[in-house]
Amino acid sequence: MGKSPLDPILSGERLALARLLTEVENDSPAARLMLDELFPHTGKAHLIGVTGAPGTGKSSLVNQIALHYRRTSEVNPRRVAIVVVDPTSPFTGGAVLGDRVRMRDLAGDPGVFIRSMASRGSLGGLAQATAGMVQVFDAAGFEIILIETVGAGQTEVDIARLAHTTLVVESPGLGDDIQAIKAGILEIADILVINKADLPGVENAESALRGMLSLAHPVQKIFHHGQVMSLPEAVTREASKWEPPLLRTIATDGTGVEELLAAIDQHALHLRQNGGWKRREQARLEAELQTLLTGTLVAEFRANIPAERYNELVEQLVQRTLSPNEAVKMLLKRRA
Amino acid sequence: MSERKIRVLVAKPGLDGHDRGAKVVARSLRDAGMEVIYTGLRQTPEMVAEAALQEDVDIVGLSILSGAHMTLIPRILELLKTNGQDRVKVFVGGIIPDEDCPRLKEIGVTAIYGPGAPIEKIVNDIRLALEPAS
Repeated sequence: MGKSPLDPILSGERLALARLLTEVENDSPAARLMLDELFPHTGKAHLIGVTGAPGTGKSSLVNQIALHYRRTSEVNPRRVAIVVVDPTSPFTGGAVLGDRVRMRDLAGDPGVFIRSMASRGSLGGLAQATAGMVQVFDAAGFEIILIETVGAGQTEVDIARLAHTTLVVESPGLGDDIQAIKAGILEIADILVINKADLPGVENAESALRGMLSLAHPVQKIFHHGQVMSLPEAVTREASKWEPPLLRTIATDGTGVEELLAAIDQHALHLRQNGGWKRREQARLEAELQTLLTGTLVAEFRANIPAERYNELVEQLVQRTLSPNEAVKMLLKRRA
Repeated sequence: MSERKIRVLVAKPGLDGHDRGAKVVARSLRDAGMEVIYTGLRQTPEMVAEAALQEDVDIVGLSILSGAHMTLIPRILELLKTNGQDRVKVFVGGIIPDEDCPRLKEIGVTAIYGPGAPIEKIVNDIRLALEPAS
């Protein structure tokens, strides 16, 4: 058997996998080469994004989802990889990654691989690193890849967009329906989960979310003044449209997780039947190309500009003798 | 982005339920710019070694107050070795009697800290321990 550096990854050797993930996270030249080689082996996994505010129980829910995937399909349980992204401290560059605390049930299962990742503060870089890590897991034969992020900003939303299926996790008592309006992440939800459904306030949370959902994803009929009203044709036309289900779970004891898994699988089926799977793949890969292109071009361009020249321009900005737009024009002209 | 961050696993193997010390150390290492993965309480040696492997850490920090260190630590070192992680440095904190320290160092523990150990020293020791490798 010919020895290729790919073999240990493709056969899912855990140490080789772990080390490659580090390289990918650090965006080393070696990692880029490996990703090129691995790319033809990717595209098989179901990528599931899990996002939501801190404290909604995302990690516990991810723990349960993974547990159920490993338990339900007993003949040949799907292998599950988990990528958990936590914020890096903007002041020290360090991070405490504590999500494994909630995932202890998964320890000892060779079909599960959990990797914690610090956001390291770079915008495009994080999405790129996450995409790379997901590719490694995909190539290594993990059929389910869960990507957990704190749904607090655009970056997190971008990462959730990596996924085929995005779960947005809420919990009772986090705020009123105004909070639900503010949270633009509702629109990216393929499945909405109200976790901690044993807490008081779950009814309020559910009705608020249902209200918001009907704005983001117009329903066929609405209740108003006690009457059922039909919506105009234009709104209801898209029959193949997926209507995000709203599910209740209690991640600490697993209540509702079976239904959640059914909804996830249903969404995957829906995407495959309506060409949505391909559309998402296309959008995802295009976004990846865009990020890489931008990063590479900027890096190359900057390498050709002497540091003094650059600092000089920044100083002129500070002095207000030059506008940022003019500075960009000057830099671009120099190069041409 | 390309600079390599020091990754540390802070783990509490065994049965004692007091992790204030471990959390203080985790926080301090974060403030020193490291990426700290915290495992939570009551980990078996297998869980610690598995987490160290998946997270590809440079350092494993063990906090043990239960007195079971002479059983737990050799087992963890053995598992790290079996997994191919010989180059991972193991640091220990907690209540470790002086007479046990020589034996622990002999089997591969890099450093041992008792109550009151200055956090700057731990940070420095970690950096020093990784210097020749990186």
